[in-house]
Parts: sequence; C-alpha cells; structure tokens
Amino acid sequence: MTTATLSPLVPLDIPGPAVSQRLRHGVADVVSLTLRELLIWFRNPFFIFFSIVQPVMFTLLFRYVFGGAIPVSVHGGYVAYLMPGVIAQSAAFGSFGTAIALARQLQKGVIDRFRAMPMARSAVLLGRLVADTLRITVTVLVILGVGYGVGFRFQNGVVPGVVMLVLGVVLGITISTVSAFVGLAVKDEEAVSSFGLVWIFPLTFVSAAFVPVSSMPGWLQAFAANQPVTIVIEEMRALALGGPLVLHAWQSALWLAGIVAVFVPLAVRAYRRAS
Amino acid sequence: MTTAQRWEGPAIFVEDVYKSFGDVRALCGIDLVVERGKVLGLLGPNGAGKTTAVKILTTLLQPDRGRALVEGRDVVRSPAAVREIIGLAGQSAAIQEELTGRENLEIMGRLYHLDPDTRHRRAAELLERFDLLDAADRPTKGYSGGMQRRLDLALSLVSHPEVLFLDEPTTGLDPRSRLGMWEVIRELVARGATLLLTTQYLEEADELADEIVVIDHGKVIAAGTSEELKNRIGGDVLEFTVDERDRLGEVAETLRALSEAEPTIDAETGTLTLRVGEGGSRALVETVRRLDALGVHTEGLGVRRPSLDDVFLALTGHGAEEPADSPHGRRRAGRRA
Repeated sequence: MTTATLSPLVPLDIPGPAVSQRLRHGVADVVSLTLRELLIWFRNPFFIFFSIVQPVMFTLLFRYVFGGAIPVSVHGGYVAYLMPGVIAQSAAFGSFGTAIALARQLQKGVIDRFRAMPMARSAVLLGRLVADTLRITVTVLVILGVGYGVGFRFQNGVVPGVVMLVLGVVLGITISTVSAFVGLAVKDEEAVSSFGLVWIFPLTFVSAAFVPVSSMPGWLQAFAANQPVTIVIEEMRALALGGPLVLHAWQSALWLAGIVAVFVPLAVRAYRRAS
Repeated sequence: MTTAQRWEGPAIFVEDVYKSFGDVRALCGIDLVVERGKVLGLLGPNGAGKTTAVKILTTLLQPDRGRALVEGRDVVRSPAAVREIIGLAGQSAAIQEELTGRENLEIMGRLYHLDPDTRHRRAAELLERFDLLDAADRPTKGYSGGMQRRLDLALSLVSHPEVLFLDEPTTGLDPRSRLGMWEVIRELVARGATLLLTTQYLEEADELADEIVVIDHGKVIAAGTSEELKNRIGGDVLEFTVDERDRLGEVAETLRALSEAEPTIDAETGTLTLRVGEGGSRALVETVRRLDALGVHTEGLGVRRPSLDDVFLALTGHGAEEPADSPHGRRRAGRRA
C-alpha cells in the first residue's frame, strides 16, 4: 500500500460489536438462513421428488424388482440387507443437492449479496448444514417407514437401531461437506450437475448398499470394499441386524472425521475466494 | 453504536485504487468522491471496471492498492463497519425465486435482526412503496423483469442504508420498465440517499446523477456534471439521416469543412453527425444549401445540444453502448427517452 502518497483523510476507527452480541446475531443468522432453505424446499416440487420420492422408489425397486435376484446371507433376507444400505445411499446421494444449491446461489449473486451484509461469513455455510441435516433426517425416516411397510425389522434392539439412523444422517452430512466444496469450487450449476455423476455415483452405488461387494469383479471389489460409504454401511448393518461392531465403528469414525477435516477447510476457503 | 464518531468527509471516497485479476487490469488508479446525499453515475461500457469498483466499495473484493472509504470506514480495515451502513442492489441477484416478495423481504429483515413487528411493518411499507402489494404473496418466479428489479431494490433498503450501490439497475429492462425504475430511484434520491449508480446508459446517468464519472478500461476518462461534460464538446451538434446509404461518404466529404471534428457516420442507420460549434444556425443553412446542390434527400435534419453519447464518442473514440448485448431499440430509447 502506498499510503505515503494518499491524502491525509483519517478513516474512522470503529470497534466491532461485543462478542456476546456477535454470538447472538450469529445464531439468529443461522436460524434465519435455515428457515430460508426450508421454505425454498417446500416450494420446490423437484426437491421433494429428490429427497422423498426418489429414495422411496429406490427402496421399492430393489425390494421387489432386483432384490429377488440378489442372494444375500443375512437373517431376514434381502429386505434386511437392503434397508441399512438404501438409507445410507440416499443420505449420501441427497447431499448432492447441497452442491447444486450453492453453485446456483453463487452464480446468481445471492451469496455476494449476503457477503455485503453485516452477517457472520460462516452463517451461510452453517445455515445450509443445519437445513441439510433436517432434510436428510426426513429422508431417512421416510425410507425407514417404507422399509417397515415392506417387511424390514430392527433385529438388534431399538437403541442400536436409532444409532444406525443417526449414523446414516452423519454420513449424509459428511458427504455434504464434500458437496459444498464441489459446489463452491466449480461455481457453475450445470457443470456441478455433470461433474456430480463422476464422484457421487461411484461413491454411493459402487458400495455394499444394494449388493454384496463379493459379487463384483475383483478390481472393483478393491474400491467397493474399502471406500467410506461401504464401511459405514457395514457398521449400520451390524447395528440394525446384529454382528461385530468394533472394527467398522473405528474405520467409520476415522473416515468420517478425515473427510470433515479435509473438506470443511476446503469449503470455507472456496467460500472466501468465491466472488 | 457509532454515535461517538462523526465523519465530516465525503460519503464515498476512493483514491488511487488498483485491481487486477491475473493479467487483466480491471482498475488502474481510480479516484471517486461522492458527497453525502448526492448521486454519482459511474458510466462506462461493459468491462470498463464499474462492477469491480462496486465490489470493492461493498467489501466483496479487496483493492490491490489505494484506499476506499464509505462514510469514513475503510473497506479493507473495517469491512464489518462498512457492511452495517450500505445497501447493494442491481440485477435482481438477491431475490430467491421460489419465495414470495413478502417472504424475501421478511427474511432480509431477519438477517438485519429487526424485531418481528418492525420486520412486518417494513416489508409492508416497502411492498406498497414499490408498487408490489398486489403481487406480494406470489412466488417471485412469476414477476416481470421490472417487478424483480423493484423488489431487489426494496430488499437493499430494508436496513435503511446510508449509502446505496446500484449496479446496472436497468440493464436488460424494456424502456417502460426502465422509466418505472427511474421514478423509484428519483424518489429515493429525493429522500436524501447517497447513491452510486453504475450504468451503460448515458441517458440514465444524465437523468439520475448529480455527477458523472466516465470510466473506460479501468481509468477515469472524464468527470463532471452532465452539463459540464456536454460543454466539453463545445457548441452544437448537427445531425440528419440520409436515405441513400451509398452516398454517405460523399456527403460527409462535402460537409467536412463545416465540422470542428471529423464527421461521424453511422452506416447502419444512415446518420451523419457534425460538431458545428457555436454557429449552429449558420451551419444549418449552409448544410441545406450544399445538400441541395448534391441532390441528396435527408430526414430529421436539425441542430441540437450534444448528448452524452457525443461526449463518450469524443472522449473514447468509440460509442458507449456495446453492440454485443444491445437489444433492438435500446439505442433509440436511450437517445430520445
């Protein structure tokens, strides 16, 4: 800065608001932005389709159309195998909406407008995260309801069952952070849509969600068996149906924490730079 | 919160600001001063640096060099303090199309931490003032372009900003909606807002701004009131249209001696423009005589005061409005509206 050559106008030195007020306003902003997202979703039939109708269709499709041809060795048959998988898959797949919405708001200039307002910069991302959590929770509960209607039962007690649902939601939120980064970095709604096919499809479909990994060719098994969505699904199956919990619990925790640790800073950085 | 400090300087103060994006130099040493309660028209073609200047003043971008103050608050050192007192509107960006006009305003009120009563009242008041009451509870997706711009402007006013930035508020609007937008902006100005308005339209700056700064390629190339800028050209402009386009060159040649500068030919419309200085009527008589001798048929022959379009042409050597994104009628609407 070449301040030496500038005129002698002395800018005002205005202290920022107190921490307590900033905190109160920050919380209020996150609540407002969450409400805003929810309202947008309710108005958007496309969104209802993606978060409710599509997962339900998947559940029914695999339960009644493909399921008969997929041999599984779990007590309760294919529907018992399917439900933890389809819950995790839908939660993760649904996070794709995060990328599209962020790219769209960025492209339209909505986010620039927010950034020119006296609002904590983290509020936009946090508001979306809270709204996404609610959305994923609704999706998960609807699928569970459909699952119960088509013969699925928790075989391992209610508490592990609830933990399984929570784990599904946590998986969805974790993948949402990847999605947020993609949306903010790519910045273009169309490009995000096409690019999404490249990462979210393999991640959610090349997994143990619908079929046993052992039915895939060897080269694909190497990926499918070790990728995070499969690891979490195995843990969810063990919670819902009974089985050894410890190994997959550790692996799940490490994967989820690792993804959050990498993609939250990346998303925040992309948000700061996007203008 | 800030009552202890008063700022005696100008509402907007920009000094020697530079901004580059990679190799592209968007701003190359811009100076701007806007006194409180005044309207500055920042005029220039697409890519001149107008939006970059607005983004720096609204804390969305940081300048590479130089200084920008809004009501005495430095945009780099106290961006939060700047955001407290500004409003930003423009090309309907803040509107969420799934939501109704009222919902958009209500959420904006929430984000400015207004209490529920104030929020509802403010939304109702702005809807009425911007003639949106009838459409208030319909999703904004169905609003016309003009309605969306009005709502966008209303959204930027929820917090009673001291300084308002309007980035091309009428770009892409049809002439009638643009006139409506002008009305709304004029009323704002009458209430004493400090306004920085960017525009590609000369007559928009002419209509709304107290002072005009013309920028091109990131530099200020002229500044002053619309009158001052017109006086720069000095004297009158003589203009007419020739039906026989192929004779335009011949006609220009014949009349060159009457013009203080090279005659301007618009081959597309067949319009010839001469800068005839103070001797407007003498030049008119002489022109008629010479055209008659040539046997050329003309239309709309007359002498007028220079428009900002003439000024822009004289300053930059090219027109103000980029042909790339100019829909039919803009030019005409622009000139005569």
